[in-house]
Amino acid sequence: MISTGVIFSAVTALGLVRLPDVYTRTHAASKSSTLGVMGILAGTFIHFWLIEDHFNPQLIIAIAFLFITSPVAGHLIGRASYMSGIPLAKETVRDDMKAAVEKKLDEKK
Amino acid sequence: MMMFYWISLLIISFAFAGLLYRLVKGPTVADRVVALDALGVALVSIVALLSLIIGTEFFLEIILLLSILSFIGTTAFAKFIERGVIFDRNNNR
Repeated sequence: MISTGVIFSAVTALGLVRLPDVYTRTHAASKSSTLGVMGILAGTFIHFWLIEDHFNPQLIIAIAFLFITSPVAGHLIGRASYMSGIPLAKETVRDDMKAAVEKKLDEKK
Repeated sequence: MMMFYWISLLIISFAFAGLLYRLVKGPTVADRVVALDALGVALVSIVALLSLIIGTEFFLEIILLLSILSFIGTTAFAKFIERGVIFDRNNNR
């Protein structure tokens, strides 16, 4: 459990350092860091439960909370950065959000 | 087993250093916010590993608190980037 979490956290840092723009970085940060911290917390929970015989419900709540909120935070940052006009990377092939935003603006007029 | 926890802590610390690099260097504000969010998550895993190494369960209450604070901070920053204010009274976009 813990080794899986550690590997995914390392992959997160690698992604945040290497990827070209904000949107790919949120992709790296939200998914793999969620899985990484969930693995580490589950390993901690099992360790305290089986070895030290101490059942800790707060860890379960923390796992559930991180599982819900971390992708939401990634989505919020992605949308906010698109709306504030940060350019996409040069390698981007298609931009579906642009059509949706322009359609919404036309409806407002 | 203790050696394994120490090595895990070392790897997470290297990941932490990489995230700090992105936090300092990041070309835009959104990059820095993404790095800050990931830093909060990495800090949670560091606290979990420390409580495993020291062998105490008193650190485990910090984990929930840190994850909640990190989420609230990220949400506030996202709203700030999008509109320039955090609290606004006009609810229709």
